[in-house]
Amino acid sequence: MSFLVYSEDRELAFQVLAKARELADAKGSEVVAFVTDGVPQNYINQGADRALSVEGLGSYALAPYRAAVLKAVDEAVPEYILIGATKRGKELAPRVAAALGVGCMNECYSMRLEDGRLVVERLTYGGSSVATEYSSSVPTVITISPRSFDKLEAAERSGEVIALEVEIPEPDVKVIEVREKPKSSSDVENADIIISAGRGFKAKDDLKILDELAEILGAAVGCTRPISADLGWMDFWVGISGKKVKPNLYITCGISGQIQHVAGIRDSKIIVSINNDESAGIHGVSDYSIVGDIYEVVPALVKALKERA
Amino acid sequence: MRQVVLLKATPDVNEIKFDPRSRAPVTAGVKKKIGELDKRALEAALQTQSAVGGEVVVLSMGDDETNTALLAALAMGADGAYMVIDPELTRLDTNATSKVLEAAMRKIGEYDLIVSGEMTLDSLSSQIGPRLAELLGLPQVTYVKEFSVADGKVTAVRDLENVDEVVEVALPTLLTVTREINEPRIPSLMKIMRAKKKPRVVWDAAELGLDVETVKGMSYINITDVTAPLVERKQIKIEANTVEEAAAKLAEALAGEGVIL
Repeated sequence: MSFLVYSEDRELAFQVLAKARELADAKGSEVVAFVTDGVPQNYINQGADRALSVEGLGSYALAPYRAAVLKAVDEAVPEYILIGATKRGKELAPRVAAALGVGCMNECYSMRLEDGRLVVERLTYGGSSVATEYSSSVPTVITISPRSFDKLEAAERSGEVIALEVEIPEPDVKVIEVREKPKSSSDVENADIIISAGRGFKAKDDLKILDELAEILGAAVGCTRPISADLGWMDFWVGISGKKVKPNLYITCGISGQIQHVAGIRDSKIIVSINNDESAGIHGVSDYSIVGDIYEVVPALVKALKERA
Repeated sequence: MRQVVLLKATPDVNEIKFDPRSRAPVTAGVKKKIGELDKRALEAALQTQSAVGGEVVVLSMGDDETNTALLAALAMGADGAYMVIDPELTRLDTNATSKVLEAAMRKIGEYDLIVSGEMTLDSLSSQIGPRLAELLGLPQVTYVKEFSVADGKVTAVRDLENVDEVVEVALPTLLTVTREINEPRIPSLMKIMRAKKKPRVVWDAAELGLDVETVKGMSYINITDVTAPLVERKQIKIEANTVEEAAAKLAEALAGEGVIL
């Protein structure tokens, strides 16, 4: 059960390498990293037995990376091709799978051996359910969600570095401009407490009422997809299509509770919801809820917390 | 210019209930509809058609419910619908499904632009678009939130994690779009009535020149279990006479949980 591992996101590549290492050790097989950043030793230090290093690919574009991954598959003959499930990874993986005519499982967050098979779990039905799946093709392509596994402590390890010669095709899609998105000040993925805003907010300026609450709690502020993607009030959102979070405390303010949002906060320890609609689905997936107007409850909560302090 | 929009009729994920014992999703009785994201893909094609002319057809693979669900696409303005409906071709994985769609595309013959959603909302797969592009030898642009067509080229804005990427690609090509691309139109009653008169073509495996067993043999993914994780939430509604009292009770409860100081 050999593994070929690739992600253009180095941290994610290391996380996937760690899991591949564990599975390969259990099966007595090998882990091969596909490396495009010119530092193959890093990948060996993170768990790869071998690193196939390609020079001159440049920054990610589908056609050259597709060709190079297929070359690496020829070289490594893996049973599993593990690709980080970034958006770029998710467009590359099915193309590689189609070129090979094999199965592909997307956005898996767990992998285990069962009766000699690699069994994965991924979300399905809009994020409401977990599907347990395996593939009978060799190889099989699997994309792995970010932060599903912890990377190894980097250690000086020895392994083989192989320079992979690839005839690199011209990109068939021309990038004419790259626009940086504004960097978020809120690090929701690592926050212990998150306060999140939904459609209950009537104007962008109104989000300010969350700032004082965030300050008192030492919380990060997040939001739902419509607040970010439709209205552009924040640069990211929480949910299965955005950032998945697992804080100790997640406070929803004016959030109705769409499946896709709820699936992204499921691992929170305590969920609190403030929403004036008693029938909103969010109350059913919360530990504590207040049926009330966010414009009144949030300031009252700030006051109550100040009084406790 | 001829555009093909890939659609899938799926049960509305917000209407799915769960068996209280087995925690398995119950889709029986949930009507299949064209997904919200797929409607946006069609809307994008229709807007492109308004700008540059030509024809918009839709392609779907499914069952008899698909035939009814696709009327919504014809009502929105698609000029015709192609469907692959074959009771032998159900429960296929993305590899086998894309092979069937490839055969359908080859039978459709002429096309300049294929548009689909970035994923299907039921199975959360984002494979069919890229797989079809690979099988047809086309370039692809995924996660498109804005695009226009002029002089045989598509200019598109891709929504990636940390950047927006503006790209240019020659036709023919395949695009997958995000939910932010537009708001899909709601057809008038008149258009809904007229939709039934638009051409709908249904093919089975044989008509696409496909051998059912061969196709089934290309379906590799086995789903052994689907379960909704049990939501073990306390669901405590904080009751109080005033907002202040409710807030104080909440703060008290959270301190009791040890999640705030």
